[in-house]
Amino acid sequence: MSTTNGEINKMMIILSKATLENVYAAFVLANGARSEGIEAEIFFTFFGLEAVQKNKNEKLHVATVGNPAMHIPTMIGGLPGMEAAATYIMKKEMEKVDMPEIPEFLDILKCSGVKMWACKLAVDMFHLKREDLVDEVDDIITVGDFYTKAKGEGVHMLFI
Amino acid sequence: MEKIILGKPIEVNEEGYMTNFSQWNKEIGEELAKEAHIPLSSRHWQVINYIQDEYKKEVPLSIRKIGKSGVVDIKEFYSLFPTAPLKTATKIAGIPKPASCI
Repeated sequence: MSTTNGEINKMMIILSKATLENVYAAFVLANGARSEGIEAEIFFTFFGLEAVQKNKNEKLHVATVGNPAMHIPTMIGGLPGMEAAATYIMKKEMEKVDMPEIPEFLDILKCSGVKMWACKLAVDMFHLKREDLVDEVDDIITVGDFYTKAKGEGVHMLFI
Repeated sequence: MEKIILGKPIEVNEEGYMTNFSQWNKEIGEELAKEAHIPLSSRHWQVINYIQDEYKKEVPLSIRKIGKSGVVDIKEFYSLFPTAPLKTATKIAGIPKPASCI
């Protein structure tokens, strides 16, 4: 429970997806928290781990299937190359609003003091090792460890 | 709104950001820094001068741009102006709070 009169002291963000729009949502929220003087930590779990995997995190895509906001028929969205094309267009638009690419964004988050954790269970499940993850990741921890880090007043937890 | 700084009425908004940059000078900057509990070093002034120049050029400020400025990197920016560096630095510099989300 918060006794800080509603003030947010820390955002604990859990990222479980690797579609570009979800990863950016998590990163923008974490970065925005830091620039407001709010602490921020991100727990990368399940597919969210792709955002911190070397060689993978540069190739994340937006979802063109199962995403009604794309305004294209699902069957067309499933055609080969559609995801890449939509991602290309989105990345161009993102650059226009000064949105960095994922690897640069990770560096910004790290330099801004965002703590980044990889979920141990997901790391084990995908047969990953520490060296498969980018240097910005602070450690591989359990969900219990993450809850311990969430202790304190004015801490909010967000699942993406 | 007006606020008295060094005996002079200074135009500010409800968050304390100056709304008339022509009223700013180094002494007022020092006072605003004291309110933010930041003792200003020459490094601080380099950053403040840089963001004021960008403001005069009407370039929107963001943490990412500061990091690429060549004046200061993001890590040092956070260590110079701990907790909300862009907000604190712009307040001391007498310019509006940047509306950037990144």
